[in-house]
Amino acid sequence: MSEGNQDNHDHHHETFVSKYIFSQDHKMIGKQFLMTAVFMGIVAMLLSTLFRMQLAWPGESSDFVSLFLGEEWAPGGIMKEDMYLGLVTIHGTIMVFFLLTGGLSGTFSNLLIPLQIGARDMASGFLNMLSYWFFLLSSILMLASLFVESGPAMAGWTIYPPLSALPQAVSGSGTGMTLWLMSMSVFIASSLIGSLNYIVTVLNLRTKGMSMTRLPLTIWAFFITAIIGVLSFPVLFSAVLLLIMDRVAGTSFYLSDIIVGGEMLAQHGGSPLLYQHLFWFLGHPEVYIVLIPALGLSSEIISTNSRKPIFGYRAMIGSILAIAFLSFIVWAHHMFVTGMNPFLGSVFVFTTLLIAIPSAVKVFNYITTLWRGSIVYTPAMLFTIGLVSTFITGGVTGIILADAALDIAIHDTYFVVAHFHVVMGLSAVFGMFAGVYHWFPKMFGRMLNNRMGYVHFWITIVGAYGVFFPMHFVGLAGAPRRYYNYSVYQDFDMESYNLMFDLNVIITIFAIISALAQIIFLFNFFYSIFRGPKANKNPWKSNTLEWTTPVEHIHGNWPNELPTVHRWAYDYSKPGAEEDFISQIIPLKEGEEEH
Amino acid sequence: MVSKLVVIGVIILGVIAIAQLIRVYEISSKLRNNNEAEISTRDNKFNANLMLLFMFVLFGGFIWLMLSYGWTGRGEAASVHGKETDWLLNLNFIIIIAVFFLTNSLLFIFAYKYVKKIGVPAYFYPHNNKLEMMWTIAPALVLAVIIILGLRTWNEVTSSANPESIRVELFSKQFDWTARYSGLDNILGKFDYKLTADNNELAIMTTNTIDSAIHYMESGSDGINLIEDKLNDEHLIFSDSDRESLLIDLDRKNKLVGLLYQMKERHDPNSDATAWDDFIQKDTLYLCKGKEYEFNFRSKDVIHSAYFPHFRAQMNTVPGMTTRMKFTPTLTTLEMREKKNDKKFNYALLCNKICGGAHYKMKMMVVVLEENTYKIWLNNKSTQTFRDKYFASN
Repeated sequence: MSEGNQDNHDHHHETFVSKYIFSQDHKMIGKQFLMTAVFMGIVAMLLSTLFRMQLAWPGESSDFVSLFLGEEWAPGGIMKEDMYLGLVTIHGTIMVFFLLTGGLSGTFSNLLIPLQIGARDMASGFLNMLSYWFFLLSSILMLASLFVESGPAMAGWTIYPPLSALPQAVSGSGTGMTLWLMSMSVFIASSLIGSLNYIVTVLNLRTKGMSMTRLPLTIWAFFITAIIGVLSFPVLFSAVLLLIMDRVAGTSFYLSDIIVGGEMLAQHGGSPLLYQHLFWFLGHPEVYIVLIPALGLSSEIISTNSRKPIFGYRAMIGSILAIAFLSFIVWAHHMFVTGMNPFLGSVFVFTTLLIAIPSAVKVFNYITTLWRGSIVYTPAMLFTIGLVSTFITGGVTGIILADAALDIAIHDTYFVVAHFHVVMGLSAVFGMFAGVYHWFPKMFGRMLNNRMGYVHFWITIVGAYGVFFPMHFVGLAGAPRRYYNYSVYQDFDMESYNLMFDLNVIITIFAIISALAQIIFLFNFFYSIFRGPKANKNPWKSNTLEWTTPVEHIHGNWPNELPTVHRWAYDYSKPGAEEDFISQIIPLKEGEEEH
Repeated sequence: MVSKLVVIGVIILGVIAIAQLIRVYEISSKLRNNNEAEISTRDNKFNANLMLLFMFVLFGGFIWLMLSYGWTGRGEAASVHGKETDWLLNLNFIIIIAVFFLTNSLLFIFAYKYVKKIGVPAYFYPHNNKLEMMWTIAPALVLAVIIILGLRTWNEVTSSANPESIRVELFSKQFDWTARYSGLDNILGKFDYKLTADNNELAIMTTNTIDSAIHYMESGSDGINLIEDKLNDEHLIFSDSDRESLLIDLDRKNKLVGLLYQMKERHDPNSDATAWDDFIQKDTLYLCKGKEYEFNFRSKDVIHSAYFPHFRAQMNTVPGMTTRMKFTPTLTTLEMREKKNDKKFNYALLCNKICGGAHYKMKMMVVVLEENTYKIWLNNKSTQTFRDKYFASN
């Protein structure tokens, strides 16, 4: 634990470039991650609006579609089949990796780890800066792939070979896929550099008194997330590397016995399943890389705004650890119908369903935290409650999908799409919004407008459920995902076709409403950065250390000595205290029990 | 027409959104005078009420969806195992819907009830080990039941097919399906992708097909001999890149022809008979009610997935690897038409793994017949074996 005695009164002169662009200050890097992620999020949301319109009104000409896709990809305002797949692929990739991994973990790990553990900065400011610039580079590469002539990657965000390996199979597997693979390689580097830095910082730079069992749950979440990332991203990197070899060097890691475009390939002996194992070895932990930070943020917010300690602090840590551990031994539940040995399938059914236990513990602990609380409805608190609700709703459908016998009939249908969007997409996005509303004053020294936050939340949650609830029914009716339209059902099953058609229209209308609601947020966000009311030091009356730093950002975070920690972060409404919160830096009174 | 309505709808919503924005902004500017982060009691109460209201909207919406779309799309399962998995699915749904209602109502009712009230402090309640044990053990018990039932069904569904079950191969390529029935001997002839030719789409392996593949590879229209001649011809002048691509092509074909010679050496001519009596069926897959089928799946190019929604069956088709799955149809097409009250209804086989632009159109009709009609169809087909077709085309 560091003895921070460096003299911070002697401010060295900072140029615009060193302060705002090549900054090594963790707070600025956090903001850079957030800004980039917000931009990427807007792009991905726009892509989803475009393909949702195709699903609801297939074959209808739309000026909106031709505005974004142009004559090349949407002749007469009707998007091409290939482009539909491209949009789906890039939407998924950006949302999972750029918004919810880079954006969520990058923003809040950077902002909060040093501030909440009482450190002057990250262990390595330079590596931290590098992590952001790699992230930006990979974002640019991914966006660039949307503009190449043969289109972006079109093999789905999981880019299963052989489809992704053979440009003859789909046009997006040409230059678009090359850019995708380059972008992902750079992204993985960014993520690894960032994660290593987070781990080292949490382990070594905690201030005096900040033992692991006094860490706020946010930090526990970021810490575990970083460990998952370090253990799983390299495996994706190797998967990507082997795919690159198959594409350019004629190797056959994933290819065997293929005839494509009339050409008999000589590659023999490879296995497409190998890729899937490697991919999902990252892919499943990735779900928790996305989710756990959101759960960490919401644990903090729900406790602060219920004015109650988080219920079962140790159980919350235990359940994060259990989820993290289990996340490494469940990957093949994505592969029940790939032709994998059914016995292997049974093992993965067992391990996967076990995850429901720590998840249930988390949900009940959240709910008990609300019980007999004194709830203050900041917009952050609203989004946190939204998160708990979507975590439940999306979580329970996971039980069905994890049951291999049931998965056979609904695998790769819209039921799956609905499940993971609710449990991972919505929960993580709600967690991210909650985090932005809660820590905005810390980031920008100003307050967001609460009323706009309320409007934003209520439209968003109604819209989000309106999109994904009906989607379960579309999936149960047997609608495969990644279909350009469902006209094929017209040939043999009108009943199912009508259901899919009706519900797809409803879903798209809700999707458009939710997308429009985000304009309110964007307006509030950018307006408040410049014009929002000035924040005071501790606007939410919170216990954690970041609220003991000055509102104006300074290098090194605390103007004088680093604070000393005397208690855990959750002494809210403690009997015998004068106020309903006690900052972590206040020593225990005589005879006071820790908790 | 619809799209215009949508555009209008979007514009109207956009205008409403902007109007709301401005209004909210005006309110917010008024509020900015009192520079407080405090949330007013009115705002708290307002959001608490909305929490309760939202709970009713959520539950109401769910019930409405269940009532109007609940099982209509799925219909009755048309296979033996499908009935069982549907039963299990319903059981699981009952459990998860109960959990969904219970936990969501606790969440929203607490969110409504425990909103901040002046003078009522929050209750300091950091943990309770007994309670936490309880909600660790309770889900564990429920999950144990789910796991045991699930695995039992899974083992049944994925166990190997009876020796007597009918063998059918389903061959997938961008963007259609082809079936190969195993003929009278109920044994599918061997195959190898290198034998693919215009008159042997499924690359079936017999002495004749191996010989003709070797011949074609060596002296066919794009064969090795021709390429070598081209490269050695002094009158032809190639650019570097053209020469390069010819050399790559030659190298690939030499590798392939080497493998073909190996295949020829190892091939047992006695096994030809198992292949010759197979017959190939396009567009429509005919199945017999009450008979178990073992499907062998192959893919020519990329991964596809054979998805039979009405039979609750699915299996990926993987290039370079044969995958298998079995099921027994229980309702003929006519019976299902009657049940669904839809004269045009048909079973279908769809592709359910992204495989390229026309993925969404890749389908094969499936017709389930009574045993006697199936036999008539089968007798018709036995005059169109692979042998008949192959030699007719030569």
